[in-house]
Amino acid sequence: MIDALWNLIGDDLPALQIAMPLLTATVCVIVRRPMLAWAVAMFNAWGAVVNASILLYRVWTRGTISYVEGGWPVPWGIELRIDLLNALVLLVVTSICAVVLVAVPRSIANEIPREKHYLFYATYLLCMTGLAGMTITGDAFNIFVFLEISSLSSYALISQGRTSRALTSAIQYLIMGTLGGTFILLGIGMLYMMTGTLNLVDMADQLALLGVNRTVLVAMACLGVGIGIKLAVFPLHTWLPNAYTYAPAVVTAFLAATATKVAYYVLVRFAFSVFRINLTLDGTHGGALLMTLGIAGMFAGSLVAIFQDNIKRMLAYSSVAQIGYMVVGLSLANEHGLTGGLVHVFNHAVTKCGLFLVLACVVLRMNSTRLSAFAGLGRRMPFTFAAFVLGGLSLIGVPLTVGFVSKWYLVLGALDAGLWPVAVLILLSSVLALIYIWRVVEVGYFTAPPEDADEVAEAPLSMLVSTWILIGGTLVFGVWTSLSAGVASAAARMLIGGVS
Amino acid sequence: MTAATAVGLAVAWPLIAVVWITVFSKRPNLRETGILLTGGSLFAIVAGVILPEVQAGGRPRMDLLEVLPGLELAFEVEPLGMLFGLVASGLWIVTTFYSIGYMRGHHEENQTRFYICFALAISGALGVAFAANVFTLFVFYEFITLTTYPLVTHAGTEKARKAGRMYLGILMGTSIAFLLLALVWTWLATGTTDFRPGGILAGKVEGTQLMILLALYAFGTGKAALMPFHRWLPAAMVAPTPVSALLHAVAVVKAGVFTVLKVVVYVFGIDLLAFTDASRWLTWVAAFTIIAASCVALGKDNLKARLAYSTISQLSYIVLGAAFATTAGVMGGGMHIVMHAFGKITLFFCAGAIMVGAHKTEVSEMDGLGRRMPLTFGAFLLGSLSVIGLPPMGGSWSKWFLMLGAAEAEQWVMMLVLMASSLLSIGYLMPVVVRGFFRPAPVEDGHGDHGSSGFHEAPLLCVLPPVATALGGIVLFFCAGDIWQLLTGMVP
Repeated sequence: MIDALWNLIGDDLPALQIAMPLLTATVCVIVRRPMLAWAVAMFNAWGAVVNASILLYRVWTRGTISYVEGGWPVPWGIELRIDLLNALVLLVVTSICAVVLVAVPRSIANEIPREKHYLFYATYLLCMTGLAGMTITGDAFNIFVFLEISSLSSYALISQGRTSRALTSAIQYLIMGTLGGTFILLGIGMLYMMTGTLNLVDMADQLALLGVNRTVLVAMACLGVGIGIKLAVFPLHTWLPNAYTYAPAVVTAFLAATATKVAYYVLVRFAFSVFRINLTLDGTHGGALLMTLGIAGMFAGSLVAIFQDNIKRMLAYSSVAQIGYMVVGLSLANEHGLTGGLVHVFNHAVTKCGLFLVLACVVLRMNSTRLSAFAGLGRRMPFTFAAFVLGGLSLIGVPLTVGFVSKWYLVLGALDAGLWPVAVLILLSSVLALIYIWRVVEVGYFTAPPEDADEVAEAPLSMLVSTWILIGGTLVFGVWTSLSAGVASAAARMLIGGVS
Repeated sequence: MTAATAVGLAVAWPLIAVVWITVFSKRPNLRETGILLTGGSLFAIVAGVILPEVQAGGRPRMDLLEVLPGLELAFEVEPLGMLFGLVASGLWIVTTFYSIGYMRGHHEENQTRFYICFALAISGALGVAFAANVFTLFVFYEFITLTTYPLVTHAGTEKARKAGRMYLGILMGTSIAFLLLALVWTWLATGTTDFRPGGILAGKVEGTQLMILLALYAFGTGKAALMPFHRWLPAAMVAPTPVSALLHAVAVVKAGVFTVLKVVVYVFGIDLLAFTDASRWLTWVAAFTIIAASCVALGKDNLKARLAYSTISQLSYIVLGAAFATTAGVMGGGMHIVMHAFGKITLFFCAGAIMVGAHKTEVSEMDGLGRRMPLTFGAFLLGSLSVIGLPPMGGSWSKWFLMLGAAEAEQWVMMLVLMASSLLSIGYLMPVVVRGFFRPAPVEDGHGDHGSSGFHEAPLLCVLPPVATALGGIVLFFCAGDIWQLLTGMVP
């Protein structure tokens, strides 16, 4: 029977990756009952993980998959194109979706009225559709379409936060995000004008024949700014801290680990696959610009994080810093540096998602994520807080955690490029992470909770499971790196090979 | 059991104690018996199985896993690591006895957490000792920092938290900013981070770069307490005394100087350093630290603070030995790891015994105390002699070889530094003994006159360990030949 099923859908797996969440989102709206909607979403999300794993395995063993939608041949029809780069990103996105979903029911019970739960699941799945679509599509315009699907649904998700600030944050993100989307659309439009195609591979071939002219440069700039906003590259990050702080706890965990990562993927895709131009050689100093912004983000994000009283906001600024690392990795434009950036997509997703889930547990029990809420948490919620410590160590980059793997490749890349000051800066900013993390750890273990504090129970099992899957992941993938670093370095080799 | 499996087992062995402590946390006697048994069996493994193999010229090796290409977790025992492993595991037993006396006598809280972190730190120290490459060493180095942090902040007071901040900030900050950079650089230059006899850098890194790399290693190893990265050590004295004794006189700080020594011998290779003179600047930094820390120690009235600065000074002896890049220098440095360990742990044990028995922490309060606590002060005298470097204590040998190293390197100024430092250490250690034995006890005001009459030692478990380690110092004076013999395997 399995064989029969396999014959039926085996070749259509890439399409299912997009179609399934889209379909189940509507199912959620129809069934309406929260737990049933959750079950549907879970079924879909874990199915997507299996699907993404199979795709990654196929790409690893047999090479790039090209799936032609509706039988229209490329470059006229729309292609789904999966290579090592996006297969890895797809796996990250789907896995995060699935793991976070485990924690969702208990967490949103506290934050969102029960009658809206089915809509939450529907929106969540739509967002997943958009992110998966952006990741695997081989068509430039489709990237824009899926970007908008994911963006619109994420505005909706963010606005569900408990305070009215959630609404203003969502609007702020909406304005910035729409600006970003517009820039991306402009860029794609200009490229279409120059090449007459929307297929990314075809576009790259045409551009290679065409060479660099002013329109292409402007397109490049538009795409850079547009993706930069979605990616929250410093100083285009202003939407991020508010959005992350005021969104429902699980939404923050989900978006922090997926939305910016996919945007980073799109940036890499355009920079290395479509333009195929060495970032530093094109006379625009794009590489130098990105590197400067990345480093500025590393320090600005970490420094601001140190002074935050709201820990959710602190981690949001930490994300700005971590995005800086990824951008620096890309801007180094060598194999080790790009590997560092790509592996950090994986590693940072696991780490930051775990940490934001810890905050979901904290906010559930303490009704606050301010530093004062962490007083004595080491004893009051030992498992939750231990997860925070481990996740924090990974952010710092302690060896045997995933953070170390990223830092290893990034520093290696910087030294490879002969830029030892960059290597030093990367490491120095890790020390800043030590400061902002340890501030919390100290309060958790050494500050006594207020005298009149109520007894606090440990977080519910479902949320602990979900948190610890990710925190466990930071340790497992810190030691066993074949999946993350192995695929990332192969992808980086492929991309760098495409450039030279 | 082969020696190779024993190596991995030894590193993991203290974890048995961790499990035991967790299970029997509510039953102190059973809990502490378990720690002692684990400690005893650990020493048996290290001394009984691994040592003979290493003495016979073997290098038992155990590969765990490859984390990234060319970056693997692996253990390999060579003479220097063997020595450090023996010291750490051996003194753990003595310290456990002492801890039991001290922690109970001092009515400390959170003893379970204390013993767990202690055992983990020992595991980390053995990991550092047996590391087969810089990466593994780095992993366990960070592990030690993290597991000793709760020990430093044990009291939970604001002062302890501040100390903890400095402790973690300096140790982790330097290791991430410098040591990790050095690690990546080494890997990039050579494609490996293995410790190999004769070093791996020859022909790969040259000129000024060699000096910079050495600086990254020397300052990146914050645990070696080279100035200006030494402030964490006095700050860490806020921890309970057994921690100061074993960790901040032996396991943690020796992990630091051990790292420097090991990197100099097995990554740079002393021939390379001697030939290029890339380590000459380091002798001056070490010399400065030796003298400056001794001078600071002279001015400290708090006994533990005085001992801490003495430790900073003595650690730089070992860095100095490494920086000479001569056979006698590195072997003298290696030997000093052992000798200073026994001397300084004795002194700290005594400081703790005085604290428990007489509730005194300042040197100026210790007048006449020696007559009440003759065993403690007797041990303190022997420990002092060892740190100063006088016979019949083991410390005299290591100082002798370091002198020899200076002569081999033709660094005559450094011989003067070593001599001056001995004089200074007489200056800051002897007053304690002199006050204790020869000054009259202050007249007690009011209640009870138990000051002048009879002995009033701390509990037995606090007094016997320092006596034992002091006597150990004498034994080492006669066993120095064996240690020398073992260490000859270090330099090809």
